[in-house]
Amino acid sequence: MSILVNKDTKVIVQGFTGKEGSFHAEQCLDYGTKIVGGVTPNKGGQTHLGQPVFNTVKEAVATTGATVSMIFVPPAFVGDAVMEAAEAGIELAVIITEGAPVKDMQAAKAHATKHGMMTIGPNCPGIITAEECKIGIMPGMIFKKGNVGLISKSGTLTYEGANQVCNEGFGITTAVGIGGDPIIGLSYKQILPMFEADPDTECIVMIGEIGGDLEIQAAKLIKEQITKPVVAFIAGQTAPKGKTMGHAGAIVSGSAGTAKEKMEALEAAGVTVVVSPAEIGAAVTKAMAKK
Amino acid sequence: MNIHEYQAKQIFKKYGVPTPKGIMVESVKDAVSAAEQLGGPIWVVKAQIHAGGRGLGGGVKLAKSLEEVETLANEILGMTLVTHQTTAEGKLVQKLYIEDGADIQSEYYLSVVLDRKLEMPLIMASTEGGMNIEDVAENTPEKIVTIAVDPAIGFQGFHGRQLAFGLGLTDKSEQSNMIKLASKLFKLYMENDAEMIEINPLIKTGKGEFIALDGKMGFDNSALGRHPDIAEMRDLTEEDPDEVEAAKYGLSYVALDGEIGCMVNGAGLAMGTMDTINHMGGTPANFLDVGGSANAETVAKGFEIILKNPKVKAIFVNIFGGIVRCDRIANGIIEATKITDVNVPVIVRLDGTNAPEAAEILKNANIANLIVGDDLGDGAAKAVAAAKGN
Repeated sequence: MSILVNKDTKVIVQGFTGKEGSFHAEQCLDYGTKIVGGVTPNKGGQTHLGQPVFNTVKEAVATTGATVSMIFVPPAFVGDAVMEAAEAGIELAVIITEGAPVKDMQAAKAHATKHGMMTIGPNCPGIITAEECKIGIMPGMIFKKGNVGLISKSGTLTYEGANQVCNEGFGITTAVGIGGDPIIGLSYKQILPMFEADPDTECIVMIGEIGGDLEIQAAKLIKEQITKPVVAFIAGQTAPKGKTMGHAGAIVSGSAGTAKEKMEALEAAGVTVVVSPAEIGAAVTKAMAKK
Repeated sequence: MNIHEYQAKQIFKKYGVPTPKGIMVESVKDAVSAAEQLGGPIWVVKAQIHAGGRGLGGGVKLAKSLEEVETLANEILGMTLVTHQTTAEGKLVQKLYIEDGADIQSEYYLSVVLDRKLEMPLIMASTEGGMNIEDVAENTPEKIVTIAVDPAIGFQGFHGRQLAFGLGLTDKSEQSNMIKLASKLFKLYMENDAEMIEINPLIKTGKGEFIALDGKMGFDNSALGRHPDIAEMRDLTEEDPDEVEAAKYGLSYVALDGEIGCMVNGAGLAMGTMDTINHMGGTPANFLDVGGSANAETVAKGFEIILKNPKVKAIFVNIFGGIVRCDRIANGIIEATKITDVNVPVIVRLDGTNAPEAAEILKNANIANLIVGDDLGDGAAKAVAAAKGN
């Protein structure tokens, strides 16, 4: 078992024939992901990476029966692409592109919600169910199959966390990179209950960072609904106030969104909070032993 | 991206948000002629820097004669202004805004920001104008009115009524003035991809009119491409020169106070690396994200920027190679040490794809001050020890 995606998930790629889209779609195909086609306007009818290209998402969905779209279009077109996917009946859009305007994401997410479509990202590594389905840009070989669920705002910390978990002799069910922009799709609040419900996931690693209050919301939810052990790391304990730390949403505004308040909230909810990402693996081992 | 008060007021004018008349100048002579042109009898001489708290820092002063304008312009222009929002070193004042004095009856606060929780713009207003809004929020939260506006429906009459009644306005023309102003501000926010607009104070005159006495605006960097007029307002002298230089090479850099230079791929891991160094008793000198495709050129540039800081005693290169193979990065690092004169110990930790090959390459390179870290914890510990001279 896993969450959200598995070996049978049919995926299309928006921005299929572009440089980034092509490169990563090929890597995903190599991993075993069922990519059944792609969309690039005016290239409909062509074949790319052995898969059909369509002019619109609507056609692509009608022909292939895809339920997930991986989005690689340039930043200015992300909003449009997400809304197109939502109206075409896609169930989950995974938005990899970095640098989409916040206003566009606000509108696109509201529209997606209206049409019952979930989104992941933007500006994220994507989602991977180990040894079954990779929808994104993460290095697939790090993610060995196992019983730990992972959810993270940061791409490289996802890899760091997964690598440590696997080096400890465990593995990953599904890892979701949710992105660090001011407005993102699925977050801890939606994904933690999915891991709770997944029989194969025995432990959850959650990686957050400064800015916003999604981790605080997660703490509240964990206290009320999550029975599986959770190990957490919050990046940015040493980040200065008022500075954007790489991710557009990683900023401490005034006294809000600090690592300290998030760590305290999670600890109060019974989460094992580590002060350095170097300790994630060991903390998971401890949590698994206690079970 | 942030802009100056005088620029914010240009945009206010375009949208019909009332502001006092004013002129931006860069010399004392021009300050006096600007004051003459405005007519007086009272002027405000205001330092133009990208930071709040200018008044308390001595950067905003009232003049009652042209001579006084001259004296104050002389005093403020070229001064280094330190406020609660600048660094301890402060900011050099290179521009002044000479403005007509206003008839202030009472002071309000009005802003539009993104509410990340509600995922829509939020109008915030208060009768406690001129104060730091964070202090108001902490001490007297009941004095702040907040109204979330769904962009799908835009600013409606009911939003305006909530605002006017929330602020306790009872005079009908005052209510209408406030509602019109807020509606214009919301339009400005949406049409220009603003990140935040703040008017503090927004004053009410004896005639019941509302005027923006100050103006602060920030914009979504990701949307500047479609607003060339606003992108043009960027004042690079207000930004950290090293951050600007780094950005040219696709690097994201923030200077800190410590001794260990950090070069990392990915923003989260970069912050996590700083945290780990701190936890092990060291101090990070900077945040530096070299991006997803670290190569010899970006690594060399990173070394150059880090080494500009004389406090740096060691550099920790922490790369988790994903799609980019570690052996390639290892060669890039060796290449970079040849381009740049690296005179402090460099601790390199490479993990991910082809990590063992990369470690082999680094060991065989025989570079004197290059130390290999086995994992994140080991690398950070070695960096902390190296910075302490061990």
